[in-house]
Amino acid sequence: MTNQTKYETHEHDVLIIGAGGAGLRAAIEALSAGARVAVVSKSLLGKAHTVMAEGGIAMANVDKADSWRTHFRDTMRGGKLLNNWRMAQLHAQESPDRVRELEQWGALFDRTSDGDILQRAFGGHTFKRLCHVGDRTGLEMIRTLQDRGVQMGFDVFMECTIIRLLTDGSRVVGAFGYWREQGRFVVLKAKAVVMATGGIGKAWPITSNSWECTGDGMTLAYEAGADLLDMEFVQFHPTGMVWPPGVQGLLVTEAVRGEGGVLRNKLGERFMEKYDPKRMELSTRDLVARSIYTEVKEGRGSEHGGAFLDISHKPPEYVKQKLPSMYHQFKELADVDITKGPMEVGPTCHYMMGGIRVEAETAASSLPGLFAAGEAAAGLHGANRLGGNSLSDLVVFGRRAGLAAAAFAAKAPAGATDSAQIAGSERDMLAPFERGEGEGPYSVHRDLQKVMQNLVGIFRTEEDLTTALAELEKLKQRANQVRVEGSRLFNPGWHLSRDLKSMLTVSEAVARSALARKETAASIIPSRMNQCGVGSITWSRGMAMA
Amino acid sequence: MADAILEVFRGNQEAGGAKQYTVPIAPGMVVLDALHYIQGHLEPDLAVRWNCKAGKCGSCSAEVNGRPRLTCKTRMDSLPTDKPITVYPMKSFPVIKDLVTDVSWNYRVNKKIPPFTPKPKTDWKMYQEDVDRVQEFRKCIECFLCQNVCHVVRDHHKKEEFGGPRFFVRVAGLEMHPLDNVSRAKLLKDELGIGYCNITKCCTEVCPEEIKITDNAIIPLKERVVDEFYDPLLKLVRKIRGSGSV
Repeated sequence: MTNQTKYETHEHDVLIIGAGGAGLRAAIEALSAGARVAVVSKSLLGKAHTVMAEGGIAMANVDKADSWRTHFRDTMRGGKLLNNWRMAQLHAQESPDRVRELEQWGALFDRTSDGDILQRAFGGHTFKRLCHVGDRTGLEMIRTLQDRGVQMGFDVFMECTIIRLLTDGSRVVGAFGYWREQGRFVVLKAKAVVMATGGIGKAWPITSNSWECTGDGMTLAYEAGADLLDMEFVQFHPTGMVWPPGVQGLLVTEAVRGEGGVLRNKLGERFMEKYDPKRMELSTRDLVARSIYTEVKEGRGSEHGGAFLDISHKPPEYVKQKLPSMYHQFKELADVDITKGPMEVGPTCHYMMGGIRVEAETAASSLPGLFAAGEAAAGLHGANRLGGNSLSDLVVFGRRAGLAAAAFAAKAPAGATDSAQIAGSERDMLAPFERGEGEGPYSVHRDLQKVMQNLVGIFRTEEDLTTALAELEKLKQRANQVRVEGSRLFNPGWHLSRDLKSMLTVSEAVARSALARKETAASIIPSRMNQCGVGSITWSRGMAMA
Repeated sequence: MADAILEVFRGNQEAGGAKQYTVPIAPGMVVLDALHYIQGHLEPDLAVRWNCKAGKCGSCSAEVNGRPRLTCKTRMDSLPTDKPITVYPMKSFPVIKDLVTDVSWNYRVNKKIPPFTPKPKTDWKMYQEDVDRVQEFRKCIECFLCQNVCHVVRDHHKKEEFGGPRFFVRVAGLEMHPLDNVSRAKLLKDELGIGYCNITKCCTEVCPEEIKITDNAIIPLKERVVDEFYDPLLKLVRKIRGSGSV
């Protein structure tokens, strides 16, 4: 361990990787339990992808007829019963307390005329369940958690990317990463690590996800020996923007439909009548996405290959108050006034239901000392997530992960970091600078996105998936040979060379799991099969994935 | 399709200058798309912060043709094409590299602000009309464009004794929260230096969330400070009572 002195080193009880809703909630809980806590974030604090969440946070409460049992049932049904039922139960039971807690920390949700929290309807939810702040609920949540955590006093390491988990025998003892700003390496020692790194959307070109969502956490956990679960369950949100090209995939909140928006094809037909006459536009996301996809494929799509989503029958002031950011987004980026005419929308890669396999109660992964929460973890949502269940997932299981990680850290002796692991990781990370020739990472990323969009999309066939795996193999070779220009100082090309490896790992896991699942589940479906099945697909290191 | 010429600052605090790039224009393209084109095709190490590309995270602030803006919301077709489009980093913060600046000062200011502190025995009833004005402040996405444009920071470099518009907005959100129970007037006066603001409204003009920073946040807070510290009548009452508060 002698050469470790050359690295900047920090030591904490609990290290939290990711500063979105789940990471921040975990940090708050671990701090409350008396642990010394650090939060690492790829971006600046407060910019994590949670900020993009629009529609709301689900809790069964205000409607007297509603109860955790109904919320549980809706969640399980939405997930095609492929959920971890215990997680779904804990989630439904605990989300009301977690929402009220946010309010007590300063969050201001929209109100009813009685002065209570106003809840709105969303797809797949039997009752009005989504507590919201217009269509910027995620911002409200992240700001509330961020301010709470800063006041309680966690250390925040902003713009720091973790490139490897450090292990001592079979236990996690910290992480190794680098400061994006300066390119210097850093060792973060910890007795327990919580993975809260979010999703994987950037492996697809049409996505609602930000650059950060590259599957880092799942890859780091997998490489360190933790199991991944249900990796084929990728959610395509039915309504992303389709025009202009620069904003393709950008999310159009489900709240548009929750507030009464209707979907039509180019013939003016409300086509959801054909696919789900009972729930219509408020059907589950997988079904609405497939319906739009089918309409477009059969030639009834809009000019730019989408469907029309219309809320203009509502009073303009109502639309502006309930959907302010949608109003501005379309007005400023697409020259469309949504109070006067319809939006053009189509499916966009949105959310990863699969991820790190965890215990329901503790969010513990299969690797001792490693916990996971939020989108990085698997189980709660089964094969398809209901809208609003993500923000509640973050706070319910973020809290549980923080609690369990702090308890684990309190009992764990200090572990030893392995200088060979660190040196190997540093060598790999710097290799792209040393290559005299070769392509840059951007073209490899573009080609990866094409493969995933064309071959591992909403409808999947065995043939496409097999082709995708062969293509991914070639892309891995190319990614291993990319060359990076410039210095280590805030170099996005260099950053991408690393993110690319994570995206390739999770992409392969998605394709292999999809190939292994022999029945139709939900969000991701091999189109040739049509039974609903039970059971889960787990991937561990040393199994089929190369 | 037509091309645009972008003149982008490349370099760091010590050395640097503008460099020109030719970028093909696509329909509906924004300045951030053009910067991504440069990264992906011409200069892979061009440093720029961004996250959501939807005006919700406030990461991609820069000065486009001299005006502080979110590059993700600045349409190329809104800018004149007969001369190069200039893209420079925010001037009030030290440049790290290219368009990326050191905004850590903002996070240090934020730490000084006492959190939301509810009244004891709160029943958590709040009405929309009372929440509306606070929700305006809570729309802030922390793009720091207001901090960048504020002349107290930009021209007078008062970072140590001034909080800046962003944090007046944050304090206003706490002070006007219907259930908050502490006063931050002393903090505003002594540590955040609200007196330095002479309400030129530059911050309001650049706010991408259209928060009326000066009218709705700063002026009412200035009034609070005046009421608490400079009201002659209250001063007299305090003197007679011999206490610091009324």
